[in-house]
Amino acid sequence: MSRDIMRESAIGLIEEMASGNLSSVEITQAHLDRIAEVDGEIHAFLHVDGEAALATAADADAARAAGEDLPLLAGVPIAVKDVMAMTGVPTTVGSKILENWRPPYDATIVERLRAARMPILGKTNMDEFAMGSSTEHSAFGPTRNPWDTDRIPGGSGGGSAAALAAFEAPLAIGTDTGGSIRQPAAVTGTVGVKPTYGAVSRYGLVALASSLDQAGPCARTVLGAAMLHQAIAGHDPRDSTSLTTPVPDVVGAARRGDVRGLRIGLVTELGGDGYQPGVEQRFTEAVELLAELGAEIVEVSCPHFRYALGAYYLILPSEASSNLAKFDGMRYGLRVGDDGDNGVEQVMAQTRAAGFGDEVKRRIMLGTYALSSGYYDAFYGQAQKVRTLIQRDFDAAFADCDVLVSPTCPTTAFPLGEKVDDPLAMYLNDIATIPVNLAGNAAMSLPVGLAPEDGLPVGLQIMAPHHQDDRLYLVGAALEGALEDKWGHRLIEQVGSDERGDR
Amino acid sequence: MTTAITRDEVAHLARLARLDLPDDELSHYAEQLTVIIDAVATVSEVAADDVPATSHPVPMTNVFRPDAAGPCLDRDVVLSQAPAAEDGRFRVPRILDEDPA
Repeated sequence: MSRDIMRESAIGLIEEMASGNLSSVEITQAHLDRIAEVDGEIHAFLHVDGEAALATAADADAARAAGEDLPLLAGVPIAVKDVMAMTGVPTTVGSKILENWRPPYDATIVERLRAARMPILGKTNMDEFAMGSSTEHSAFGPTRNPWDTDRIPGGSGGGSAAALAAFEAPLAIGTDTGGSIRQPAAVTGTVGVKPTYGAVSRYGLVALASSLDQAGPCARTVLGAAMLHQAIAGHDPRDSTSLTTPVPDVVGAARRGDVRGLRIGLVTELGGDGYQPGVEQRFTEAVELLAELGAEIVEVSCPHFRYALGAYYLILPSEASSNLAKFDGMRYGLRVGDDGDNGVEQVMAQTRAAGFGDEVKRRIMLGTYALSSGYYDAFYGQAQKVRTLIQRDFDAAFADCDVLVSPTCPTTAFPLGEKVDDPLAMYLNDIATIPVNLAGNAAMSLPVGLAPEDGLPVGLQIMAPHHQDDRLYLVGAALEGALEDKWGHRLIEQVGSDERGDR
Repeated sequence: MTTAITRDEVAHLARLARLDLPDDELSHYAEQLTVIIDAVATVSEVAADDVPATSHPVPMTNVFRPDAAGPCLDRDVVLSQAPAAEDGRFRVPRILDEDPA
């Protein structure tokens, strides 16, 4: 019984609750049991709060019994990336510097999840301050990929993605600054969406790079992601960059799923050298399927995308070095060296040296360098110009196409430890996801099969213009439906199976 | 193009960023930062003299909210998360009489 609950999609759970077959308390308890059973190995969660989750579930059940008009996702449990401020539990951002911090307020997203009456199971693991592509930079140890526990679950939101793939939660929240929702989705065979910049409030999110950060939904199905997208998106006066335009009808698009008559652009620059053969194979097959479904496939060139990685790793560290200056050991978090003799500067420097991990220190110093007088124009200034050119590439491509597609990442999940000491090799994981963050438009990753050579999931990325997030769901749902018809089941059903090589 | 970052430069950056790094880590960071900066310096290959800079992906101007007083965080709750507090305030190390960082 509990196994069936675990494997249900969000919509399946909603239907079970609506028909009275299952209560939210039963569903929530089943997920808590599953977490207790598998999370010792997977380590998707940094903190689990079963009591609060069950209380929310009981309230939702009581409201349903009383005939109240409930939000769509009421009673569906969710996991939240530990980058969001939330009362009642610690928020660590995967860092020692915030190890025991209990925020005095809720992020807007958390407020909306509470308003949606969704039991929050706990906070998920992540690379420290969202800097990484493997969760190996978490100060609290890595998360393991449920497909192969010797491999990375992606990052920085590897905890949220692994929680979905291990059936510890049906839905999760992630944040995506350079691919931190989409890359973990790709390597865990799940669905992840980075909405248009500003679509989801950043209030209460511990900022990495403010002009790139965007929270979004993580799910096992396209429709699940759409329902969560709708629950968390929308204008928030507490975030000055929050969009005031209406949220597109993403749920309607996910239910419709149709690519007939759409022009879909293949980005020449996002493929070829450095892309694993099995990734390219599954990607190409998926594109052929889109053509069979009635889409017109065209090839487009975005010549400045090859400079995106460079621009990103100048802009991100620059913004991060400034954002992370607030972790100074004075008002919250860790303080080291306050012996009555040391002055404030020494305490700050000792606190930050002890509280930040290697990758965070590297990026802070890189940003400090890029913003230094004498280098500013050549690095930061030039990166901002490249950002304009990448936006123009997208504009030109979208003048000709409704959406663009590419593999989400160049490879499938790599072994834990393989790239942790080689920062540049780690950065290259995000080569296909970064352009969207620089331009601010919307993108989704969804699973399109397993690479024949290693039996690990491959993700396909769909990119849409600003404010057209519904197109991701229209295309994603059509492709997901066609793939599942072909396979006869969902790809995620093959997690932990020994016979996964043939998809 | 190669822009080698020296050990001394790392020490300087660490000082600017308020990171008290042990000497034996400086060389390691110098090597890694050199590799990274060499890679990101490819942005300089783009001819972009006449291209405007983008600082924000969805430009907005004049985002206002009503200038009205609202509730703020409870003092005791905030101070309960401070590394040190005294008499209802944050207690911080001395800020005077020290060498320039």
